[in-house]
Amino acid sequence: MDTRELVCIICPIGCRMTVVKDDYVSLGYKVTGNTCNRGEAYAVKEMTNPTRVIPTTVKIKNAQLNRLPVKTNAPVPKGLIFECMNIINKVEVEAPVRLGDIIIENILGTGIDVVATKTMEKI
Amino acid sequence: MLNYDIVVVGGGPAGLAAAIEAKKNGADHIVVIDREYELGGILQQCIHNGFGLHIFKEELTGPEYAERFIDELKEMNIEYKLDTMVLHINKDKQLSVINTVDGFLKIQAKAIILAMGCRERTRGAIAIPGSRPVGVMTAGTAQRFINMEGYMVGKKVVILGSGDIGLIMARRLTLEGAKVMAVAELMPFSSGLTRNIVQCLEDYNIPLLLSHTVIDIKGKERVESVVISKVDENRKPIPGTEIEYECDTLLLSVGLIPENELSKSAGIKLAQVTGGPIVNESMETTVEGIFACGNVVHVHDLVDWVTEESKKAGKNAARFIKKEIKPSKEIVKTIPGEGISYIVPHIIRSVNLEETVDLFMRVKNVYKNAKLVVKADEEIIKEIKKNYMAPGEMEQLKIPSSLFKEKQISEISVVVIKDGE
Repeated sequence: MDTRELVCIICPIGCRMTVVKDDYVSLGYKVTGNTCNRGEAYAVKEMTNPTRVIPTTVKIKNAQLNRLPVKTNAPVPKGLIFECMNIINKVEVEAPVRLGDIIIENILGTGIDVVATKTMEKI
Repeated sequence: MLNYDIVVVGGGPAGLAAAIEAKKNGADHIVVIDREYELGGILQQCIHNGFGLHIFKEELTGPEYAERFIDELKEMNIEYKLDTMVLHINKDKQLSVINTVDGFLKIQAKAIILAMGCRERTRGAIAIPGSRPVGVMTAGTAQRFINMEGYMVGKKVVILGSGDIGLIMARRLTLEGAKVMAVAELMPFSSGLTRNIVQCLEDYNIPLLLSHTVIDIKGKERVESVVISKVDENRKPIPGTEIEYECDTLLLSVGLIPENELSKSAGIKLAQVTGGPIVNESMETTVEGIFACGNVVHVHDLVDWVTEESKKAGKNAARFIKKEIKPSKEIVKTIPGEGISYIVPHIIRSVNLEETVDLFMRVKNVYKNAKLVVKADEEIIKEIKKNYMAPGEMEQLKIPSSLFKEKQISEISVVVIKDGE
């Protein structure tokens, strides 16, 4: 049986969903237990191509602290997480940085950027 | 003596939201005091995403969530003092404050908002036996080291406690190249959000050992191993189930304690279960004109709810100064019944209510297919079906204020009733 019990991670409510393979519906899967449309989309994606946002840090010079928090501005395929981390960990930036500044463009050719999640002033 | 309308103690999410809302409601002379070098509180080290889904309808990281409020505070020209410690508060709303620029200050406030947040429980609080090597620390300390200061805390890690910080750190350490051997949890269920179990543990195949605890820490200079044992239903280790995990670091995510030394100095009464001040419908403590909000009152699982609660405290502090908060002898108590560990607020004075009163509570156990039953004195006024409830996930109920106008009520109680009972 192509059935999976999933817990939605889109928001902290954490709906418990059941996903059943169903070729008669347009998405290819029938989702129950979700309380919003995003849950359904997540469940189908989790069955076909699971992705995650990577929140992490890069080194920063001339700021109050020596790490700048960053994230991918869209979810990347789960299988690429560690490859992305390898690239992100080699980067060093210099203050000042503004929230939203692009730190790495088009990481691994995914079309996804790594952006700063905090403004850090030069000291 | 300096004079302010409102002094907000703590510049984290609670303090920021309270100060902004107080100003929006007409309070003018406000100061936010924080001991850190920047505003934002613990959000600054919570670099993971998942904040703000309710308030902003988008998924933000901790620093992004904080920066929105910090920017708003600055735009509104609300004063703040950083690197500053509040040493003492008395019941006449005078604060003793110290920093390296102003020296020692005395401040007289018309109203005070307490927003000091929590502190983590440590090894001492749970008395783990064993030697005392380097490498045992709280999950939040490790979070600050890794995310803000850039120090890696270890290579092979065991985590005790499956609260959200522990779960988040399991993923964070894994991403940074450490091997997380296991997360051990004393209770038969996790106190963290389910989504964190999925995206922090299951994604990386990190085992979650429920009903397990650390019974020994070994190592002379540095942690060399920890011994984990299964526990019985009374949370006592079961002999013969010990497994030794080789590791260099033990992280503790074993609960948070509201930081209420200042509340005590002001003579504020604390609630036993939450460890935070007893508050009324206006988020006012037992000392008139001193309000409290956020994790200093009770531990929240979502910052969004901290913001909501703190807006209420900020607004009511502003109303208090304008003398719009009515003291009243007619109080309704909220009583946690069977299956409920606590309810906030503890006291409701119906004269001060807007359309509804929000009750926040936690259940004592994991319940499937149960309902929350609300009673006004002995009469059932509301029943809410719940497919799933757990102590790690705060429950929220709205009670219409009209209820209190219709008749005299002395207490509101909430109980959990399992299906078929």
